[in-house]
Amino acid sequence: MFQPELETMPRSALADLQLARLRTQLARVYVNVPIYRRKFDEAGFRPEQLETLDDLRRVPFTVKDDLREAYPFDMFAVPLRDIVRVHSSSGTTGQISVVGYTRGDVERWSDLMARTLSCAGATADDVVQVTYGYGLFTGGLGAHYGSERLGAMTIPVSGGNTARQVQVLKDFGVTTLACTPSYALLIAETAASMGIDVRSLPLKIGVFGAEPWSEAMRTQIEEAMGITAIDIYGLSEVMGPGVASECVHKSGLHVFEDHFIIEIIDPVTLEPVPDGEQGEVVFTTLTKEGIPVIRYRTRDISRIVPGECACGRTFRRMQRVTGRTDDMLIIRGVNVYPSQIEQVLMSIDGVAPHYQVVLGKRGSMDTVEVQVEVGPDVAFDEIRGLEALQRKVAGAIASSLAVSVDVKLVEPRTIQRSEGKAKRVVDLRNEGA
Amino acid sequence: MVEQLSVFLANEHGRLARMCRLLGNCGLNMHSLVVADTAEYGVARVICDRPHAARGVLEREGFAVSVTHVLAAQVPDRPGALADVLESLDAAGINLEYVYCFLKPDSSTAVDILRVEDAEHATEVLTAAGIGLLHASEIYDPDEI
Repeated sequence: MFQPELETMPRSALADLQLARLRTQLARVYVNVPIYRRKFDEAGFRPEQLETLDDLRRVPFTVKDDLREAYPFDMFAVPLRDIVRVHSSSGTTGQISVVGYTRGDVERWSDLMARTLSCAGATADDVVQVTYGYGLFTGGLGAHYGSERLGAMTIPVSGGNTARQVQVLKDFGVTTLACTPSYALLIAETAASMGIDVRSLPLKIGVFGAEPWSEAMRTQIEEAMGITAIDIYGLSEVMGPGVASECVHKSGLHVFEDHFIIEIIDPVTLEPVPDGEQGEVVFTTLTKEGIPVIRYRTRDISRIVPGECACGRTFRRMQRVTGRTDDMLIIRGVNVYPSQIEQVLMSIDGVAPHYQVVLGKRGSMDTVEVQVEVGPDVAFDEIRGLEALQRKVAGAIASSLAVSVDVKLVEPRTIQRSEGKAKRVVDLRNEGA
Repeated sequence: MVEQLSVFLANEHGRLARMCRLLGNCGLNMHSLVVADTAEYGVARVICDRPHAARGVLEREGFAVSVTHVLAAQVPDRPGALADVLESLDAAGINLEYVYCFLKPDSSTAVDILRVEDAEHATEVLTAAGIGLLHASEIYDPDEI
């Protein structure tokens, strides 16, 4: 554990710390950020009215559009001369938004990413290959600073050039790999095609995040690479990676609650849901100076995992993110997340982990086509064998998700491989006629 | 038993041509090619002179290739010869998945490629009926690397 005195703090002491920090944070943003002052005033809320943590419910939400409208710096809570770094959101869902960090923010972020790596089992003795992209994306530099803070030997490879990733992995004796889970699979695949068995290398830990992935995909990566694969969570608007992380017990991601307050809300009524129920994740930063966010709606779907963790950390856990509110598909009235389709596909023998979901329209009906690569394990000599596979996939999806989909078999390696976030869903519903 | 390559082909322009060109460029000669097609994809079944080499070439270029073991019955090139073979199988209650034929170059014998459910049983039945089965070495070099 990197900061045991904080990570195992009694819940009552943690609540006191959160309340004190929250008061300061709300007062600061009210004074320094006109957008927050306007929102608070409109809602009839004044920071000094906050008496308990429950009063946070009276504070207005912040949404992605607020950050976009503030482009580039209007939500910063300090003068630009106090900002030492900027990053931006990856822009996967629209115009980018910019986030700024003070020197103190970078310090705290480094600690939190060191905690994350430590949660995964890494120590100063490890060799960490950082394959998240370096640049405006928070992944690369976030993991880099955390790895250095931990004292590990840090290799800033950044993303791309998969053959070189494999070379470094092998030649530098890398023990810990930090990248997106879909890229980890591509690295394993590429290594195999180069005649290198990743399982025979010193690599033992994977720190994977930045996109939703499933338990089945974890099993697949762990088997292909011979490692323990840990899910990490973060988003640039809140800080970057290092907001929450699984520990080696892999039973939910500990939210670093001394720096962030997590709430789970119903995305329609906006009311908090009881612990254990699914909803949209909302974060409030407690210590961020550059660009604090108050009740930021992440659009990520998760739930609080009830109970205590065997690792001794007292921070509550959120379940791995199962999707985003804006990824959610409504197929003939049924709500489906792409990750649920993935979970089904991974449980079927002969279906490679590479799939794509294509949404279309037939008349006024939404249609879903699941494209599946024909893997080496499929005995496809007979057409009826292929047809049976199609029926099996469609049947499995129909029985577990209650939606009917068309299954299209495609040749190996024809679904685009991603070096960053995988493009799992192609939405053609608003294109063409 | 003879090794047949089965190649999964997306129903796209030029995909079969691409497969054939790759084999041609490597000096690999096909004795027979049959394509089973559906609206969305096809499966090309290939008997060629160096199946292992052909598989390697195609897989390197991203084709999905599997090796299927099939029976190769040698029959005279005359009317009714295939009917004799099929009737023997039918009489023994052996299900046929698919069949196709080609002529052996420079000879008057035909080769019937048979994919059956129970190859061992079919071998006994055909041998008892006096129908010759070709060994892999009579079609290609089975030891090639």
